[in-house]
Amino acid sequence: MSKRSDMTKTHNWSGQKLVSTDHLLFEAPRTKHFMTGSEVLKEAVKRCTVDASVSYPITPQSEAAHLIGELWAEGYVGTYFRGENEFGVMSEVAGCAMAGARTITTTSGPGTLRAMENFAMWSGTRAPMQLVLMARGINSPLTIQPDNLEVQYLLETGMMIWYAENVQELFDMSIAAFTVSEKPDVHVPIVTVVDGFFVSHTREAVMLPEDDIALHPYDPYAAPLPPIDSEMPPGRFLRDPFVMKSNYISYATHASWQWEVRSAVERSRPYAEHYLKGLVHTSGSEDAEIAFIACGTAANQAKEAQRELNKMGVKTKVIKLRTIRPFPEKELLAALEGVKHAFVPEFNVVGWLSNEVKHTLYGKCDTEIVCGPRVAGGMSMPAEAIIQEVMEIVNAGKGA
Amino acid sequence: MSIDKYKINPEFRDIMPQEIIDLEEKATWAQNQDKLRGIKELPETKEILEEHSLCAGCPEAMALRYVLSSLPNPEDTIIVNSTGCTSLMFPHIALHTVHSLFGNQNAVASGIKRVLEWRFPDTVKDVVVLAGDGATVDIGLDYTLQSFFRQEKITTLCFDNEVYANTGGQESGATAKGQVFKMAPTGKKFEKVPMWELATTSGCHYSVNMTASAPKAVAKAVREAILIAREIGPTFINIYTPCILEIGLSANEGLGEMKDQDKDRFKSYKHVSPEAEAFLAKCKEEGLL
Repeated sequence: MSKRSDMTKTHNWSGQKLVSTDHLLFEAPRTKHFMTGSEVLKEAVKRCTVDASVSYPITPQSEAAHLIGELWAEGYVGTYFRGENEFGVMSEVAGCAMAGARTITTTSGPGTLRAMENFAMWSGTRAPMQLVLMARGINSPLTIQPDNLEVQYLLETGMMIWYAENVQELFDMSIAAFTVSEKPDVHVPIVTVVDGFFVSHTREAVMLPEDDIALHPYDPYAAPLPPIDSEMPPGRFLRDPFVMKSNYISYATHASWQWEVRSAVERSRPYAEHYLKGLVHTSGSEDAEIAFIACGTAANQAKEAQRELNKMGVKTKVIKLRTIRPFPEKELLAALEGVKHAFVPEFNVVGWLSNEVKHTLYGKCDTEIVCGPRVAGGMSMPAEAIIQEVMEIVNAGKGA
Repeated sequence: MSIDKYKINPEFRDIMPQEIIDLEEKATWAQNQDKLRGIKELPETKEILEEHSLCAGCPEAMALRYVLSSLPNPEDTIIVNSTGCTSLMFPHIALHTVHSLFGNQNAVASGIKRVLEWRFPDTVKDVVVLAGDGATVDIGLDYTLQSFFRQEKITTLCFDNEVYANTGGQESGATAKGQVFKMAPTGKKFEKVPMWELATTSGCHYSVNMTASAPKAVAKAVREAILIAREIGPTFINIYTPCILEIGLSANEGLGEMKDQDKDRFKSYKHVSPEAEAFLAKCKEEGLL
C-alpha cells in the first residue's frame, strides 16, 4: 500500500510522473495491446491517481471491480474495500468523494436500481465521483445479458452520462471523465456507460500510453463546495439548510440548487468537446438521406449495416452520440441536415434513446425519426436486422 | 485543523452575527483548553450547537448539547446524520456535518473516515454518526451492522426515542412490545430490538445502553467511545431521548421519564472489549479521560 504523503510535486504516491490530461490523452506515445473492457478500465484507473474505490460483485462488472482492487494492493489506488450492497457502496462512494477523494466505482443492471436513491443525492452534493456502468438490463425476469435498460433510470439524476462504444473509448473516456467532472465550474458526478459483455468481456486491440505517467491528483479545495474534512470553515449551507424553513425563500433555494446541478452539466459541454473530440462522431456518407442515431455497441452495429448498405448502393451515415447528458442537440441537428429518415437502433425495450431524440428534435427538424430496430434481453443486433428495417422504408411495399 | 478557521476576517467583523463572533471568542476547542472539554462549561461558554428548532423540553436536544460539549476534539470532528428530528439540529452544529439520505449514515461515515485516514495520516479526525432509532435499527440496520463488521473506526450514537417521531409517531423496531403507535394500532407485536447487544456481537469494542438523565454519564460515555473508535474500532452508544410529544408528556417531564427508564428498558448495559479496557486505562493515566 502507498502513503499519500509519498507524493511529490512531480510524481504521485506510486511514483508515476504527473502529466496533464491533454498529454495523457493526446500527446504521450502509445503502444498496441489486446485486452477486454474490464482490463482496460484497470489501465485507465492506474493512470488517474485515484484516491478511493468501493466495490461490490455483480455480473458483468465484477472483474473490473476486482482489478481496481488489485491496483489498490499494488499501491496505485489509495483506499479500497468491498461494500455490503450497491446502496451501501454508493453511499460509501459519496462519503469518500465528500471527504475530498478522487473516487471511482462500477456497477451493472439491478445494482444500479438498488443504489438509485444515491445517484440524485450524489449530484446534489456536487461531488465529482465516477461510476462506470457496464449495462446488463434489469429484472425481472432474471437477466444477466447485454441490455442497457438501466440507463433510462439514470437520465434525470443530475449526473453527466457518457457512452463509450468499445474498449479503446472506455479507456480514453474514463480518463477524460475524471477531468471534466472535476472542473470547478462543472463538478458533478459522471457515469461512463459501456454495454456489458460486448465491451466488458470482449478482447480488442487498444492503444495505450505507458503506465509510468498519471493525472495530477484531485484538488478538493478548488471545489464549489468545501470538502467534509474539517480543514475549512463549515459552509453556511451546512448551518442553514432548506428543510429548516417553510417559506418561499427556502423553496426557491432548493429549486435553484437543482437547476444549478443541471446547469453545471450543461457547462461541461466545451470540456467534453475538447477531451472527447466532439459530443457526436459522424461517419459514412456526408450527403446521405438515411442516418442512424446510436450510442455504444448499437453504433458499432449501425456502422456495419452502413458498410453493407453502401455496397447495395444505399448511402447512409452513422451519428454516434458520445454524451447523453448533456444531450448533444446542436451537434445532432447539424448532422441531420439533409437527412430524410433517421433510425435509432437500441438494446432495450423502452427505447430511451429514441425518446430522447424525438423530444429534443421536436419542431426543430424535418427528419422522420424511426424508433428502431430494437432488441433486448441479451439479443444481438445483426447488421441484417438493421438493413431490413432500412429497406422497408427505402423499398416501401416491396420488402427487404 | 487549526481553530484559526473560526477566525473572522476583520473586514467583515462588524457585520457578523453575534453567534459567529462568539464561536471565535467564547467557544471551547481542544486547542484552546488546558483541561478536558466537558459539560461543566455549558453555562459560561459558547456552545457549538446554535439555538435549535426542536420542541421545548426535548430530551434529544439536551442529549445533543451534552454530546457536543464532550467531544474530545471538535475542531477535527465530522458529524454524519440521518433523516429525522436529529436532521433538524445538524445544521446548527458549527462543525462539518453531513446529511445525505435516510439510513445510509454509517456507509457515508465509513467512506469519509477511510479517506480522511488516507488524506491526513498524521492527524486524528474523529467521525461520529448521530442518528435516530428508525435510521439505526430499521432502515439503516444493514449499513450500521456492516460498518461494525468491517471494524470501521467510527463512533455511532443512536438517539433512541422508541418511535418515528418526525413523521408523526409510528412504531419503530426500538418501540417496546405492546406499545400502541401509528402503524401498530393494536400494539407492537415484537420485542424492542436490543441494538446495544447487536452492536456487541457485531464487533463493537464499546457498546452502551443508557438514558440522557445524567449529563456527566453521557459525556463520559461519548468521550470513551470516541477515543476507542480512534485507536481500536467501532463503538456504539444507545441513548434514550424520549419523544415527550408522542408519549403525552409535558416539556418539564422528559427528565423524569428518563430517570424512570434508567431502571427499566434502558437499565445500564456496558460492553467494553478487553483491548478497549486496556486502552481506557492507558487514557486515564495520560489524562485523556
